[in-house]
This record gives sequence, C-alpha cells and structure tokens, in this order.
Amino acid sequence: MSGDLLLISARTVGLAALATALMLPPGIALAWLLARRRFPGQALVETLVSLPLVLPPVATGLVLLQLLGRRGPLGSLLSDFGVEVLFTWKAVVVAMAVMGLPLLVRSARAGFEQTDRRFEQIAATLGAPPLRVFLSVSLPLCRRGVLAGALLGFSRALGEFGATILVAGSLPSTRTIAVGIYNATVIGDDATAFSLLLVSAGLAFGALFLSNRFATQSTPVGPS
Amino acid sequence: MMSSTITLDFVLRQGAFTLEVRERLEARVVALFGPSGAGKTTVLESIAGLRRPDEGVIEIGSNRLVDTSIGLALPPHQRRVGYVPQDLALFPHLDVRRNILFSAVDGTGPDFDAVVALLEIGEMLVREVGELSGGERQRVALARALVAAPALLLLDEPLAALDRPLRERVLPYLIRIRDEFSIPMIYVSHDPAEVNAIADWVLVLDQGRVVRRGPAA
Repeated sequence: MSGDLLLISARTVGLAALATALMLPPGIALAWLLARRRFPGQALVETLVSLPLVLPPVATGLVLLQLLGRRGPLGSLLSDFGVEVLFTWKAVVVAMAVMGLPLLVRSARAGFEQTDRRFEQIAATLGAPPLRVFLSVSLPLCRRGVLAGALLGFSRALGEFGATILVAGSLPSTRTIAVGIYNATVIGDDATAFSLLLVSAGLAFGALFLSNRFATQSTPVGPS
Repeated sequence: MMSSTITLDFVLRQGAFTLEVRERLEARVVALFGPSGAGKTTVLESIAGLRRPDEGVIEIGSNRLVDTSIGLALPPHQRRVGYVPQDLALFPHLDVRRNILFSAVDGTGPDFDAVVALLEIGEMLVREVGELSGGERQRVALARALVAAPALLLLDEPLAALDRPLRERVLPYLIRIRDEFSIPMIYVSHDPAEVNAIADWVLVLDQGRVVRRGPAA
C-alpha cells in the first residue's frame, strides 16, 4: 500500500504542477487585461473567471464533461486529432487548472493593480513596444503577485476532488490524493485514508505557506 | 536636429479643464513656466503620447506625431520623444546599467559610454536604483532618456526635488546635454534663475493657455 501511496502522491503533485503550467498563460493574460484594460463585457469575463470558486466543483465537472465528451464541442475536435481526454490523466489536469485559475487570476490581478502604470508608460516612451513592456516591466514588477497566485492555484489543484471525480473517475491510473481519500474511506481502509490525509495536509500547508510569504512581501510598487 | 521646428497646435479637454496650445517653437530649449495646475505636465504628456489631444496637430520637424483630422496618434514607443517625468520612474527591478540600457536596443542613440561619461555616472552602473541619492537618480533618468536617441527631450521639473546646492551641481549636466547632443528640449520649471541659465525661449502657461511668450532673459 505504501508504494501506492507514493505513486498517488507523486501523481497528484505532478499533475497539479502541470495544471499550474497550463493555467499560467491564460491566467496572467486575464489578470493583466482585467487590471489594465477597460473593455465591453469586462464584468461578465470577471464573473465567469471567478465562477469555479463558488460553483459546486461537481457542477464545474459536469460542464467540463459536456465540453470534453466525444460529442462536446472540445471533445469532438480533440478526438479528430486522436486525443482522448476524459478518464485519463489529461482530464485531471484540465479539472485542476479550471479550479485553480480563479485564484491565480485574483492574485496576479492584484499584483498588476498595485504596480504603478507609470513604469509601463515610461518604458513605452523609451521605445519599447507593448509586448516588450509587458515582458520586461509589467511582469517582473508584479512577479510576487503572480508567484503567490500560481502557488494558490497549485494548492487548489492539489486538493481538487469534485470536478476530477466526474471527468476522470477513480481509476488506478487517474487517482489523486483527494480521490484516494474518498475511495479509502468508502471501503473502510482508514490507514490509507489517514496516510493520504497527512500527505495532503503537508503539501497544502507548504504551498499555502509559500504563497502567503510572496503575497505579504508584494508591497505596492510606486515610482522611485 | 537643432533647427527642427516643434509644432504644438492642439486642444485637450479633461473635465472642466481645457488645455489649448498653439505654438511653433524654433528654440533649442523652451522653458514652460506657470503655476501648478496650469497644464505644464499635460503638455509634456501630450507630446510623449501618454495623453491624447481631442483635436489638433503635434509635429517635430517633419515628423507628425498627432493629427486628429486623419485620426493619427502615434503610440509612445514610435515617437522618439524622451520624457523624464518628475517622479523619474526608474525601474526598481533593474540596476543602473540596465535602466540606462533599457532603451538602447538598436544602437542608434548617443553612445552609451559618451552619455555615461558626460553625466559622470560610470561608478554607479552596478548599483541598484534604490541606493542612489536624489541627484544621482536624476542623472540616471537623464542618461536613460538620452540613450533612446530622442528627437526631443521633455524634462518635468528636473531639479525641483533637489536642494539648492544639489541643483547647482546637476544644472551643468543639463547644459552639457543641450550643448553636446543638440537635442531640443522642453523644460518645465518654477525657477527663473534655472530657466535663464538653460532656456532660450519661455512660455508662460496659466489655466491651460499660453499667456506669455518670449526669449529668456
């Protein structure tokens, strides 16, 4: 059982890391857009991004199930390329990323908002085109907000259960810590359940601890 | 470059405030004078591209930056206008050297070494911007703007944050920039002595309008 325990733990951490990598590009882009631009439908985008925070996770899972199913808009497209997502590790990653995204966006957005626009404006007057301004000024100046957000998203991904169980089930090949705890408890295997609980608590504690450190150190950056 | 005419012929409205400037400037250094709230910084930011005039034209020589009649407003990064704002906005995540080299990507600007020598900042290059004194920060901000090869340099109260002895030390650097690089400048200031030392044309701005113009004393 301890081999299983190790495998499940390693799988959970690995998939959560992948999910974090997957949510970073859209998450940072969304955070920047929401912090720096005014566009029609902004309130709608804002609400949609945050929805997974308050929707029951199984409901989010159901939406993903519909999207990624063979007849779903995304699923049919992917299966044309021979990619099956549902009930594989890929589904776990997608569920984790969708559930972690709102936390990443919130934290990164706060980071962008705390950074004075002045630096971006002056960088532009120095001849830097928008993408270079973003990469060499905006992003480095709010890196703590992004890092804190990435760790929060990662923590959330580690504990994902509701959406995962719908889109990836509880197969030996997709089982994560959260699903493992549920399974072990249902079949009365308390030893496994508690071992997984300990691992889970340790990981979550570490990630949250780091995230809070980054968040509290991200003091507002003003013009110097 | 010295003789390029700067055309400022625009109106910018912001709430109850209206800025209206109708000037053709031939001078090397134009001082912009006036009480706070007169619109001096708004003039600079309109030229730099950080604010958009509601109507009118802004031109440096034959280079048209803004022409609202054809919907033209070049983005700031295409204007070649160096802007040293009052708060300087040195990048806090870069050391002095990387701050100055931020703009020097195509190598067309005044030579980095020449600027560093002129402003005497060679020994500060490896320092963090947080470690610099007021006068040093001012010189680093000037160097950063110069290395970008501006066709026009906008300075917003470059000496205001410095005490008098320090002003007297930094002012000669500004005069050196004027003489060595022959880049036209628009210089916002409150101090008549400073203006007389560096400017050859003065505009007095009040409540969004130029109320006086003439050669510096």
